[in-house]
Amino acid sequence: MKLTEKEVRYVADLANLALTDAEVGKLHADLDGILEHFDKLNEVDTSDVEPMAQVLFSAGGTSTLREDRPRQPLDNQTALANAPQPGAGYFKVPKVIER
Amino acid sequence: MTLPSLTIDAVREGLLSRRFSARELAAEALRFAEAENPKTSAYLRFSPERALAAAECVDRRIARGEDPGPLAGVPLAVKDVIVTKGVVTTCGSKLLARYVPPYDATAVERVEAAGGVILGKTNCDEFAMGSSTENSAFGPTRNPVALDRVPGGSSGGSAAVVAQGTAVVALGSDTGGSVRQPASFCGVVGVTPTYGRVSRYGLTAFASSLDHIGPFARTVKDAATLLGVIAGRDPMDATSAEAPVPDYAALLDGNVKGLKLGLPLEYLKGLKGETADLLAGAVESLKSLGCQVRDISLPTTDYAIACYYVIATAEASSNLARYDGVRYTSRPAVESFADLYRETRGEGFGAECKRRIMLGTYVLSAGYYDAYYLKAQKVRALIARDFARAFEEVDAIIAPVSPFPAFRLGEKVDDPVAMYLSDIYTITGSLAGIPCMSVPCGSTTEGLPVGMQILTRHFDETTMFRLAHAFEASRA
Repeated sequence: MKLTEKEVRYVADLANLALTDAEVGKLHADLDGILEHFDKLNEVDTSDVEPMAQVLFSAGGTSTLREDRPRQPLDNQTALANAPQPGAGYFKVPKVIER
Repeated sequence: MTLPSLTIDAVREGLLSRRFSARELAAEALRFAEAENPKTSAYLRFSPERALAAAECVDRRIARGEDPGPLAGVPLAVKDVIVTKGVVTTCGSKLLARYVPPYDATAVERVEAAGGVILGKTNCDEFAMGSSTENSAFGPTRNPVALDRVPGGSSGGSAAVVAQGTAVVALGSDTGGSVRQPASFCGVVGVTPTYGRVSRYGLTAFASSLDHIGPFARTVKDAATLLGVIAGRDPMDATSAEAPVPDYAALLDGNVKGLKLGLPLEYLKGLKGETADLLAGAVESLKSLGCQVRDISLPTTDYAIACYYVIATAEASSNLARYDGVRYTSRPAVESFADLYRETRGEGFGAECKRRIMLGTYVLSAGYYDAYYLKAQKVRALIARDFARAFEEVDAIIAPVSPFPAFRLGEKVDDPVAMYLSDIYTITGSLAGIPCMSVPCGSTTEGLPVGMQILTRHFDETTMFRLAHAFEASRA
């Protein structure tokens, strides 16, 4: 096995993902199979290779940024239109700090 | 006017000769599409108000004697991962079931500015993760060519509407084959342009270094026209390219005689059955057009699946962090702030999204970053180098799209590794960021379509379209 069930639960915590026990079991098996396949990458010699962080890193002009000019942002009502719980012009969430 | 046989040129001719108005065509197209849609469920919803308003705008331009634009009055569909202002955009996810975007994607803006008429939004795998459209929270889409089969994915709905004739053209998105594979399964043309050719602004992010918007059409010319409209620099996407956009549709008729084509040995060795036979037949057609075909080698092909699934899931785990129940996703009833994120995501995401978020989080987590993510980025550089070397010898590469034609609904849902492995022929081009497309090359004895893939150098969509157009004409 490439990873333990405990690790699966740890990764789910990192990802802020609530999983049922059945999901943990299924994901454990799936991830194990996929990670096993990922091991293939170790067969490749990459000792003198730069990682490809940009797709067209050598082609000019693809990383140009637009001019920094002030523009009208979304108005408050529009920005909140899709919020599950808007209130008083803000996004409401459960209490974060207990007094 | 029969929608299933309309082309962009035919719509234009009908409008300019006043045989029908854009409004009449839009109304008829909506009526037809709504009547036919229950067979495939390719559309998730229609946008009649927006369609009729766009059509009336085209009619006004024609009445004033203005050029109504290259997509004047053309009824089209948009994949539901591309945002449309005021029209619900779900990404195939329960989390966004009621999300109404406050802005339009650049591609959507450009399509409408060119006179296009958006009939509605099409079904797809949740957040474009999948190869069959079965991962949609709103139910699967059926392949119009064979209703017991999947249309492919993730842009299955967009491929299906074009094949079914409920739209003339459609926009999809491709991260590892999500335009080309469904195009192959449904027997239509599907194009993944060079990375950066089309702005991603308003395309819901899955894997940002691999995401592309691309067109579906029934003819190469229509696909070329649609790409011409949506391509080009956009200040809203820093990765969109400055490179000038050629008039693809006007450059289709050039000579393909003497064009040098490469067949990757690594792709052909595992290809079996009728898919292999149909591709071999297509290569014969290309030879008879005067193309010079030779074998080439892309030695790192074997590592592409692992490379792709490390990078794509890592980027996805980061991109999907925004669905947290605060700003635009639905939210279950929760007591604490910690539960807000966990429960929203646990309830909202489907199984495939969870699998990819978990994988991506794992490969980026402390202690594994170098072993997986950094390693994959280095292998990606080698895959891109393979293509660069091949293009020193050949002008285009000919390849399969999928190892098999459309499969039955439910046939592969339980085996994620097998599903991932079937992406082998499409993900290599995605990793390299080069233009690639699927063009129909025949059907199996069961009548299932099979596509041929054409790949060319960065920003050389012109050669790709020219070859596809000559091939299409030779098969007509």
